[in-house]
Amino acid sequence: MEIQENKSTLEVTPRNDAKVKKIWITAGILLAITVAEFIMAFTMPRGLLLYALFIILTVWKAKYIMMEFMHLGDEVKPLFYSIIVPLIFLVWLLIALAKEGTEIFMMRW
Amino acid sequence: MSAHSTAIGVSSKRGVWGGGNEPLKASYGKLMMWFFLLSDIFTFAAFLITYLSIRVSYPAYEGPMDAFVGSNEYWPIPELVFDAVPFLHGVHAPLVFVGIMTFILISSSVTMVLAVEAGHRNDRNDVVKWMLWTILGGATFLGCQAWEWSHFIHGSDAGSIMTFVNGLGQNVTETVHGANLMVNEYGPASFANLFFFITGFHGFHVTIGVCLLFLCFYQAAVGIYDQRGHYEMVEKIGLYWHFVDLVWVFVFTLFYLI
Repeated sequence: MEIQENKSTLEVTPRNDAKVKKIWITAGILLAITVAEFIMAFTMPRGLLLYALFIILTVWKAKYIMMEFMHLGDEVKPLFYSIIVPLIFLVWLLIALAKEGTEIFMMRW
Repeated sequence: MSAHSTAIGVSSKRGVWGGGNEPLKASYGKLMMWFFLLSDIFTFAAFLITYLSIRVSYPAYEGPMDAFVGSNEYWPIPELVFDAVPFLHGVHAPLVFVGIMTFILISSSVTMVLAVEAGHRNDRNDVVKWMLWTILGGATFLGCQAWEWSHFIHGSDAGSIMTFVNGLGQNVTETVHGANLMVNEYGPASFANLFFFITGFHGFHVTIGVCLLFLCFYQAAVGIYDQRGHYEMVEKIGLYWHFVDLVWVFVFTLFYLI
């Protein structure tokens, strides 16, 4: 009973303007990167360089979303690494399937 | 939240991993959401890497851009496939509509993080306000995706002449409009199949996300979180919603840009 009575009235803390400003800055960065990708899609010749740039920019955006929006950067180190390190397995999947796809291409055409 | 549950009478000799404390400084619910999202990252990564693998197994279109015609001999150029906008029939507007969709989803992610921030401050009014904006963004995105699918399935007026094996096992050459799982007017059959499966799976996540957002909005509005004493549910559903945005960033690059 005591606990319930204690918690029925929560204290509202005032808005932290610095935090809110940081959120909007992150949003601006995400938007700017997307606009840059759009411009590149129409101005640069299609090729490996353009695709590499797209993937780098995408991973960069992913970093902002995970670190700023999902607050993964604010979590303690063991939690941070237990989410990030398993993703290393994907590197092998990427290499293996990219190679497989290239070889199917060789066989087929 | 984590501060309440530090056990009483635990010897300091036990160390961080000896039990009786929270080494990851996060609640059970938040941890489980993170590990669920990790498994979901693997699922989506498998889909997207498969897309990449099948894409490199086909030749790219080499000819001039304005002479492009859909063929199952080569992979199509995305900006020539996704070039339609609602209410502007027959206007060539490459990637404009998907750009709007991306903008809507990123915006809803921003309003979500603002709701989480308000939740940290126990500010019910702000949480309700930002949750409502997020629901609006999510629902609009779903509507856009429904239109995008419908347009993709029905196709263009001209269509393309394709040679393929039809449902009766006959090898036919005919004009194809739109897309299904057997054949499509844009490129190889796997192009449409991957589009349906990957954007469909993402859209399914968004649909669940909108339901969760609504649940969270409702519970915040009627004061359940005030009674509970914390707004952690906003944070957990926020994690899920940002993940949906994260996946879209990759879907956008692979399907619409590369």
